[in-house]
Amino acid sequence: MDLSSLQPIEIAVALSVIWIGLGCAALAAARRTSVILDLIFPAGAAVGLALAACGFWAMNAPASMLVLPAGLPDLPFHVRADALSGFFLLLLGSVSFGISLFSSGYFRDAGRDEPLGLLGLQYHVFLASMALVLIADDAYLFMVVWETMALSSYFLVTTEHHSEQNRRAGFIYLLIAHLGAISILLSFGVLHGGLGDYTFDALRRAELTPFWATVAFALAFFGFGAKAGMLPLHAWLPEAHPAAPSPVSALMSGVMLKTAIYGMVRVIYDLIGDIQWQWGLTVLLFGAATSLFGVLFALMQHDLKRLLAYHSVENIGIILIGIGLSMVFIGSGHPVAGVLGLIAGLYHTLNHAVFKGLLFLGAGAILRSTGLRNLNEMGGLIRYMPHTALYFLVGALAISALPPLNGFISEWLTFQASLQAPILESSVVRSLVPIVAAVLALSGALTGMCFVKVYGVAFLGQHRHALVEKPRDASGWERAGMLWLALGCAALGLLPVFMLAQLNNVSIALTHASLPPEALGSGWLWLVPTSAAQASYSPMVFLLVIAAVVGLTFAVVRRFYHGRLRRADPWDCGYPEQTSRMEDTADGFGQPIRHVFAPVYRIRREIPRPDDPQPVFRQEVEDRHWYWMYLPVARLTEFVSSHVGRLQQGRISVYLLYSFVTLIALLVFVR
Amino acid sequence: MNQASGVAFQVLQSVLVVLIAPLVLGWVNQCRAWMQNRSGPGIWQPYRVLNKLFHKDAVLAHNASPLFRATPYILFGCMWLAVGIVPVLATSLPFAPAADVIALVGLFALARVFISLAGMDIGTSFGTLGARREMMIGFLAEPAMLMTLFTASLISHSTSLVTIVQTLGQSEFVIYPSMAFAAIAFLMVLLAENARIPIDNPSTHLELTMIHEAMILEYSARHLALVEWASSLKLTAYITIGIAMFAPWGIAAAGDWTGVPVALGALVVKLAFAGFGLALLETVSAKMRIFRAPEFLATAFLLATLGMLIHFVLEA
Repeated sequence: MDLSSLQPIEIAVALSVIWIGLGCAALAAARRTSVILDLIFPAGAAVGLALAACGFWAMNAPASMLVLPAGLPDLPFHVRADALSGFFLLLLGSVSFGISLFSSGYFRDAGRDEPLGLLGLQYHVFLASMALVLIADDAYLFMVVWETMALSSYFLVTTEHHSEQNRRAGFIYLLIAHLGAISILLSFGVLHGGLGDYTFDALRRAELTPFWATVAFALAFFGFGAKAGMLPLHAWLPEAHPAAPSPVSALMSGVMLKTAIYGMVRVIYDLIGDIQWQWGLTVLLFGAATSLFGVLFALMQHDLKRLLAYHSVENIGIILIGIGLSMVFIGSGHPVAGVLGLIAGLYHTLNHAVFKGLLFLGAGAILRSTGLRNLNEMGGLIRYMPHTALYFLVGALAISALPPLNGFISEWLTFQASLQAPILESSVVRSLVPIVAAVLALSGALTGMCFVKVYGVAFLGQHRHALVEKPRDASGWERAGMLWLALGCAALGLLPVFMLAQLNNVSIALTHASLPPEALGSGWLWLVPTSAAQASYSPMVFLLVIAAVVGLTFAVVRRFYHGRLRRADPWDCGYPEQTSRMEDTADGFGQPIRHVFAPVYRIRREIPRPDDPQPVFRQEVEDRHWYWMYLPVARLTEFVSSHVGRLQQGRISVYLLYSFVTLIALLVFVR
Repeated sequence: MNQASGVAFQVLQSVLVVLIAPLVLGWVNQCRAWMQNRSGPGIWQPYRVLNKLFHKDAVLAHNASPLFRATPYILFGCMWLAVGIVPVLATSLPFAPAADVIALVGLFALARVFISLAGMDIGTSFGTLGARREMMIGFLAEPAMLMTLFTASLISHSTSLVTIVQTLGQSEFVIYPSMAFAAIAFLMVLLAENARIPIDNPSTHLELTMIHEAMILEYSARHLALVEWASSLKLTAYITIGIAMFAPWGIAAAGDWTGVPVALGALVVKLAFAGFGLALLETVSAKMRIFRAPEFLATAFLLATLGMLIHFVLEA
C-alpha cells in the first residue's frame, strides 16, 4: 500500500474502527480489569491523539472522500473529511485523550461488581460513533451513527442503573434525543427536495424555495438544539450529566454537545447554504436566552455535576450567539463580519470542550476521593487535594472568561463580532445586537460569581463534612488527564492566533470568505480580529507583564522590608468560636441572585412555625419549563395515546379491517 | 529609538501612577474631612499607613492556603497592569495594544475573583459574607462597565483605549448624547466597584454593611498593605479611565513629548477635581441597604445599554 497517497479520511475511518475494536476487546476481557484499565483505556487515549492529528491534517488539506462498502445494497456509506470535520475531529481527539487517560484511573476501584467490560465497550463505541458523525457524508449514515451515539451514551448514563433516579434521567435523555433525531430526519427529508439521493452532495445541490429552506432550517435547528441542550429543550442535561460516571459526563458535555453544533453548522452553512438573516436572528435570540437562563440556574445548584451541566447550557448559548451573529451578518451581505462571528462560535466550541471536560474530571476526582457531589458537604479540599485544586482553578478561571485563559478569547471574539453591528442596515437588528452583547456580558459576570461559589465552597474554607478518612488527591492517571486539559486551556488562551488561522481555513471552506489579511498577518503574539486600529489583544504580553510585576513586587517587599510570618488562629473580628456551620453554603452564596432574579425561578419554601420544637427549613428551586412545557406535553401525549389505544382490539379480523380501509383510502385519494 | 523611548515612557508613567495612587486616596479622605468639619489626617496619611503595615510581622491563620498568600501580589500586579494600559499622560503606549477595554474589564474581574476567593479561604463567616456581597456587586457592575466602554468604542470604531482617547480628545468638540448616559453609568459603577458610599463605606467595620473590608479582615501587615495599595490603585485606575473617556483634553498625542508637562498639569488638576467631587458625593449621600445595591447597579447597567442603543438611533 502506498503511504503517500493516504488521505485524512482513510485515517479517520481506520481510527474509528480501532476504537470499536478496542471496545470489543474490553468486552472480551471483561473479567480482567487490569487489562481494560492499563491497556485498553490508554490505547483509546492514544487513538484519540492520533485522531486529533488527523483532524488537524484534514483542516489543512483539501476535502477527501470515500465510499465504504457497508450499509444496505445500493445504499453505501459515504464519508468525507473537510476542514469543518477536521476541526471537530481535532476537538474530539484531543479532549477524549485527556478523558480516556483520566478514565483509566477513575474506574480503578469502581470495577469490582460493575461490568467494566461492558462499560469499556459502550465508552469506545460512543467515541467511535461521534467520530463517524463528524465524517458522515450522507443522511443515511449520519442518522445511523447519530442514533448509535445516542444509544451508547444512554447506556453510559444508566451505568449505575440500580438507582431509580438514574433510570429516569436516562429515559428523559433518550426521549429528547429521539425528538431531536426525528426533527433532523425530517430536515434531511425536506432538504433532499425529492431527488431520491441522500448524499450530502445531492442535498447541497438541491434547489429549495425560501419557504422550504426555512422549514429545513427550523427542523434542523430544533433537532440539533435538542441535542445541544438549547432552551427550552435543555431539561435532559441537568438530569443526565449527574447520573453518568464523571468521565462520561465530561465526554457528553465536552464533546457530544459539540456534535450537535457541528450538525447545525454543517446543515445551515453547508447543506442549505443560502442563509437568511432572520434565521440568524432566531439563533441569536435563542442563544442569548439559553446563556442567561443556564447561568441563572447554575447559580442555584448545590450538586456540583448538575451545576456544571447548567453551565453547559449556558455555554451552548454563547456558542449560538457567535453563530447567530455570523448568520445575521452573512444573511445581510457582510461575509467578513460573518466569518468573525463563526470563528468566535467555533473557538468557543473548542474552548468549552476543553474547560468543561477539565471541570467534570475535577468533579469526578472529588467524587471518587470523598464520595461527595453536594457542594454543601465539601470544603477545604485544597488542603487534601492540591493537584486537583490547581487544575480545577485553571478550569474555573477559564470558564469565567478571565484573561489570559481560553474562555476569555472566545468571549472577546464574540464581543468583537457584536461590535461590528453598525454595518448592518436594518435598525431593529442593529439595536438587538448590543442587547445580546449586554446579555452576554451579564452571563459572563454571573459565571464568574458561580465559580467563585464553587471553588470557594468546595476547595476553600473549612470542611463541612465529618471526614471518615482524609481524602486522597487524584491518582497519576487522573492527574495526567486533568493536566492535559489544563494545558489545553492555557495553550488556547495564550496562543490564539494559531487557532484563529486554522479556523479561518474552516470558514473559507464553508463560506468562501476570509478574515482580512491584516488580521492574519499580525504575528503570533497579537490577536487582531479585523485591524490593529480596531482592536487587539495579546495574552502573552498580558501574562508576562502581570508575572513580571508580581515578581517585582514580591522581590521589592522582601528586599526592603522582611518576610517574617506568624501563624495564629483566624481573627474574624475577635469571635472565638468559628465552626464550619457559619460559613456560606453553596445555597447561601447564591442567595443574592435568588433574591434579584426571583421571578425567573419557581421557588418552594417550607418555613416552620416559630413554636416548632424541631424546625426544618426547606427550599427548592425548580425550573418553570417543567410546568409550562414538559408536563402539559406529557399529559397531552398520555391523553392522545389513551384514545389511540382504543384502536387496538386484539382481534385479527379488526386489524385486517384497518388494512382494508387503508388500502381503499389510498386507492381513492392517491392515484 | 522611538520604540525604546516609548517603552521607557510607559514604564515611567505606570510607576508614577502607582506612586501617586495613595495620594489620590489621601486627597479624597482629606476633602471629606474638610466637608465634615474635621481637620483630617492630612493627604500623606495613606503613605504612613502603608509604611507602618510593611514593617509589621504578618499574621496568618493556621489554615490559610497558598492562594491566600499569593492573592495580594496578584491583586497588586493586576492593578498595576491596569494603570499601565490607561493613557494617563500620553497616548503613545507601546504595550497598550496588549489589552483593549474588554481585557481591561477582564483584568478587574480577575482581581475580583481572586480577592473573593481569598476572602473565602480561611472559612470565617465574615470572609464568605464579604465575598458573596462583592460578587453580588460585581455581576452587575462588570457588564455595566463593559457597556459603558462599548458606547465609547462604537463612537471611535475601536475597543482600544488609546484610539478612544485619540478620537474623543483630539478631534473637534462634538456632543454625543450616548456618552451622557455612559458617563452617569460609569460614575455609578465607579462608586460601586471602589467600595464607596452609597454601596459600601470604606471607613466602617459594621457587619451589616461592609463588603470590601469583610473580605480582607484576615489580612495583616505586608499582605494588607498590598491589598490597600491595590484598592487605591483601582480607584485611581477608574478615575483615569473616566478622565480618558469623558474628559480626555490635554492628554499628549503619540510622539509629542513636549505635551507631557502640560498633560501632567492637566492630570493633577483633573485628579484633584475628581477627588473633590467624589468626596462631595460621599458626603451628601447616605449608604444604601445592601439589597438596594442591585437596583442601583441594574440602573447603571440599563443606562449603559441605553447609551449604546442611543448611539445606534441618533448617531450612527
